[in-house]
Amino acid sequence: MTPAEIREEVLDILGDIAPDDDLSALDDDVAFRDQLELDSMDFLDIVMELRKRYRVQIPEEDYSHLASMASTVSYLEPLMRDMQKI
Amino acid sequence: MSGLAAGIRLAHFDQRVCILERHYTIGGLNSFYRLRGRDYDVGLHAVTNFTAQGQRKGPLARILRQLRFRWEDFALAPQFGSSIRFPGRELRFSNDLELLRSEIAREFPGQQDGFEQLLRRLVDYDDLNEEAYQLSARQVLAETLSDPLLVEMLLCPLMWYGNAREHDMDFGQFCIMFRSIFLEGLARPLAGVRVILKQLVRRFRALGGELKLRSGVERIQVEGERAVGVVLDNGQQLEARKILSSAGLVETLRLCEDTSRLERVPAGRLSFTECVSILDCQPAALEFPQTIVFYNDSDRFHWQRPDELCDVRTGVICSPNNYLYDPADGNLPEGVVRITSLANYDHWNTLQAEAYALEKYRWYDRAVASAVRFIPDFRQRVIDTDMFTPTTIRRFTWHDNGAVYGAPDKRLDGTTHLKNLFLCGTDQGFVGIIGAIVSGISIANRHLLREED
Repeated sequence: MTPAEIREEVLDILGDIAPDDDLSALDDDVAFRDQLELDSMDFLDIVMELRKRYRVQIPEEDYSHLASMASTVSYLEPLMRDMQKI
Repeated sequence: MSGLAAGIRLAHFDQRVCILERHYTIGGLNSFYRLRGRDYDVGLHAVTNFTAQGQRKGPLARILRQLRFRWEDFALAPQFGSSIRFPGRELRFSNDLELLRSEIAREFPGQQDGFEQLLRRLVDYDDLNEEAYQLSARQVLAETLSDPLLVEMLLCPLMWYGNAREHDMDFGQFCIMFRSIFLEGLARPLAGVRVILKQLVRRFRALGGELKLRSGVERIQVEGERAVGVVLDNGQQLEARKILSSAGLVETLRLCEDTSRLERVPAGRLSFTECVSILDCQPAALEFPQTIVFYNDSDRFHWQRPDELCDVRTGVICSPNNYLYDPADGNLPEGVVRITSLANYDHWNTLQAEAYALEKYRWYDRAVASAVRFIPDFRQRVIDTDMFTPTTIRRFTWHDNGAVYGAPDKRLDGTTHLKNLFLCGTDQGFVGIIGAIVSGISIANRHLLREED
């Protein structure tokens, strides 16, 4: 998957978690927490959805990499580079 | 309901889930039934914790996100407005805290500062720990409000809607109830609790979950420090890697095979009767527009198991007609007034069939006569009635003593003496419809999803 595809996938996950939110105005460099008011349970869900969809295992100490869209994509890129987008 | 919520979370993340329900219908306390062509809810007066669409904070928004529902799916219509009535005194409240603020200023001038101080002392849901939880609400209130009548009037609705303990209330539970009723608010789907239940069941099944009705758990099989499976009433045996029970703390521990080595925990003692009156007109036409009226007929609110069959000195009067439904949806076709009273399970349970029927008539009359001291007398307009008692509540919830809010001592972390047996629902600490769902989700997240890593 390319970084753009990974971004699209994360966006899809966010859309699932918060279907009432408008994600079109998401700023990649600003923390999700500050734009979407995600709480810790929702963060867990991003991790869980990635595992469910792509079997990507993210250890708890790496959760801080998932703060914003930009940091999430760069963290996931080496892990998902060889995967096909579903 | 907590079980369904947990089941949805687990099934969504690809676990194999089976939900076992003893009754022939779903919902537990928040179930529904049909009688003489009319639909009735069991538990539901109002869905608490209501927040408007687009609001991202609070338990309602959180459960919608966690279960992947849209706000519209629960079809909630906000309340009209409610009231706490004591002799000669009234505090009105709505889904806007400003009304309660102004009512306190009007009815209890001089107490506003104390009330603001109380608001600041409220603990947020996520910040509740055992220590803060177990403080005495009466003590905290006495430290912040100097008028004892205001204390009683604030406690009345909060105890009625979620206090398993007699006389006093855990401060943690007080904060939860205060937020859910006064800071968030009340709402209801026009068609009642079945709307929410059907959404949950449909979702659970779509995710591959299995739901078995009429499948009571006879015992939980134990090997060492682990639960290994359950045996159903019909003898069928099911193996399980993890077990989540919404049966209640006392009731769950009793199901465990190693029960003899466990310390005894007290069951709850508070149960209710509910008198439902069907009217030939909308309640608002009788000048009863309030959604809910919590009443008490003296300056002191008595929250305890009655010595008689019922105690009708205090009660809750609720009309499911009095919500702001979408005009396009209309309203319920008939007027409904529900009156809840405190009741004694043991006394109701020992009555023979004939005496039981007779006492139902007698206490219906007494409960309604007590209530119409606080709202317009609607008795001339009644066309049908039904009443349910602590034994009915027992049948739906299987709680000892028909204890509506379960045991007085809660297990906030959801753990038990067995490593893979967990509790959710009433005895984990959250009550009401949204509370039950929050409980199922949070225990599933904490104990059943995370450890899969």
